[in-house]
Amino acid sequence: MTMQTEAQAVSVPRKRRGTELSLIVVALLVGVGAYVSVGLGYTGDIPADITAVAGAFAALAFVAHLAVRFLAPYADPVLLPLVVLLNGIGLAMIYRLDLDITDPRLGDGVARQQVVWTFVGVLAIVAVLAVVRDHRRLQSYTYTLGLVALGLLVLPLLPGIGNEINGARIWISVGPLSFQPGEVAKLCLVVFFAGYLVVKRDALALAGRRFIGIDLPRGRDLGPILAAWLLSLGVLVFQRDLGSSLLFFGLFVVLLYVATERVGWAIVGILLFLGGAYFGYLTFGHVQNRVAGWLDPFSDTDLYFQIVQGQYGLAFGGLIGTGLGQGDPTLTPYSYSDFIVTSLGEELGLAGLMALIVIYALIVERGLRVALLCRDAFGKLIATGLAVTFALQVFVVVGGVTRLIPLTGLTTPFLSYGGSSLVANWAMVGLLLRISHATRQPQPLATPLHAEDATQVVRLR
Amino acid sequence: MSELTLTLIRLGFLVVLWLFVLSAVSVIRSDMFGARVDPAKQRPGRAAKQPRPPKPAKQPKPRRGDRHAPRSLVVTDGPNEGQSAALADAPILIGRGTDAAIRLDDDYVSTRHARVATNGEQWFVEDLGSTNGTYLGHQRVTAPTPIGAGTAIRIGKTVLELRR
Repeated sequence: MTMQTEAQAVSVPRKRRGTELSLIVVALLVGVGAYVSVGLGYTGDIPADITAVAGAFAALAFVAHLAVRFLAPYADPVLLPLVVLLNGIGLAMIYRLDLDITDPRLGDGVARQQVVWTFVGVLAIVAVLAVVRDHRRLQSYTYTLGLVALGLLVLPLLPGIGNEINGARIWISVGPLSFQPGEVAKLCLVVFFAGYLVVKRDALALAGRRFIGIDLPRGRDLGPILAAWLLSLGVLVFQRDLGSSLLFFGLFVVLLYVATERVGWAIVGILLFLGGAYFGYLTFGHVQNRVAGWLDPFSDTDLYFQIVQGQYGLAFGGLIGTGLGQGDPTLTPYSYSDFIVTSLGEELGLAGLMALIVIYALIVERGLRVALLCRDAFGKLIATGLAVTFALQVFVVVGGVTRLIPLTGLTTPFLSYGGSSLVANWAMVGLLLRISHATRQPQPLATPLHAEDATQVVRLR
Repeated sequence: MSELTLTLIRLGFLVVLWLFVLSAVSVIRSDMFGARVDPAKQRPGRAAKQPRPPKPAKQPKPRRGDRHAPRSLVVTDGPNEGQSAALADAPILIGRGTDAAIRLDDDYVSTRHARVATNGEQWFVEDLGSTNGTYLGHQRVTAPTPIGAGTAIRIGKTVLELRR
């Protein structure tokens, strides 16, 4: 009897919302601490607007926590604190850079703008949690979301609202607001790819010809991957956005590989990528620039000023950094967006930057764990896609600024200045939390009616 | 602000940052297995549903031909084995209560447990919100369900059958 009881003791996921709240409090302490130490390091005083900024940020984090507590009570307890911490550090760093930057395009109170965007981001996570009550419902919107993604990608090319900044045509401007629709397209594409592959994966996994131990796919199944490839090339050609192009194609290839479990697809994907990259290299001057700046930036320090400055910044920071507010990260152009990683590396040092990268790794790990535990294939693919999106972005950005790979412009999730990226990433975390909730919540007990010998008798007398 | 204070702040910040990372990792570790609970103790509501006849229900007797309509409801196993009630047009109430047509002395049976009724052609069994449920064969009865020929109705430890 005892044996049987022990065998029946099962592990049930806990809600752990209290743990989440205490982690959020620690994350807020780190974020606000960063903000204060920027002020102390830069001027020697605590920033005047500390109560307003810290209060607003803490309130937003608390709202996000409440949304999770009531709308997805079984969701992963670590994801939200990790995101809050990244957002908080990003906020402090942007405030710090704003003290030095005299870029008229940025205007005043960049940090305050980022708080406003954080507010919109929290609205997005609440909206995602409130609207998407069951992620499986999204499957019926597969092609709708695919079309929406395509539309969002085309939007910046339209004359009138499309806007070209720094050579990349990825912005739309409506009145005073400018937005990067590609960021939102990311989310739609993840759902679209997942919904598409979950239906088609059996057909795509059919063995084609076998060549040195690898199942190569059939020629007629190449359609989807070619379409994704052309889409990415289109982004590259028409928007001149290397990073997004890489992200979209990488995302599709990873999901295709995960869905079909065929190495052949990954190989085809890599070959297509190499072909596309070579084509881009031959065709576009700015791609050649990026590659040359990757291989030997010191050959022309004027042309590759940004990447050289980034390197010097990281070197200046050393192991433990110059301290917040005490470096010169703004010598690097775009130190608040594309190069925020080197800014952080300069002021927090290798030790701080590694902590941030570990935090990203934990986010990706949590996402993949959701995918592992998820019971339906669609949810698995979405969770994988979201985790891979974060991973690819961080890899492309950090690899780019540290010269592991050629520099491509992508935003660093939650850290970079920029509303579209922040809002889209918050929404992505919302979707991840929704799937996580569905995965971890106790299942309705399926009574094994036919397993007669497993019946347990409780003695009442 | 002295140099020493700034250095302390700088190092302190890195320490707190890493402490956050470590505490997140420790939450992940403790989250690995979840809470271990004994379902029998932890969830009385669900545990109460568990008790069912200890023995496999006796296989229904060989069918006696579907041509003939059943005439009585017989208790084939359990404390009240052998008891029966004639099937008329009126529904038959099964339970522990005194108003039941088949009164069962079974601890696992509710006072008003189930009802067997006919629509003129077929006999149906319906659960009356009992604690432990009514089973037709291996299926739990959630709505009025037609009783197939030779299928046993299980209520608590008791098994009933329609007989010709």
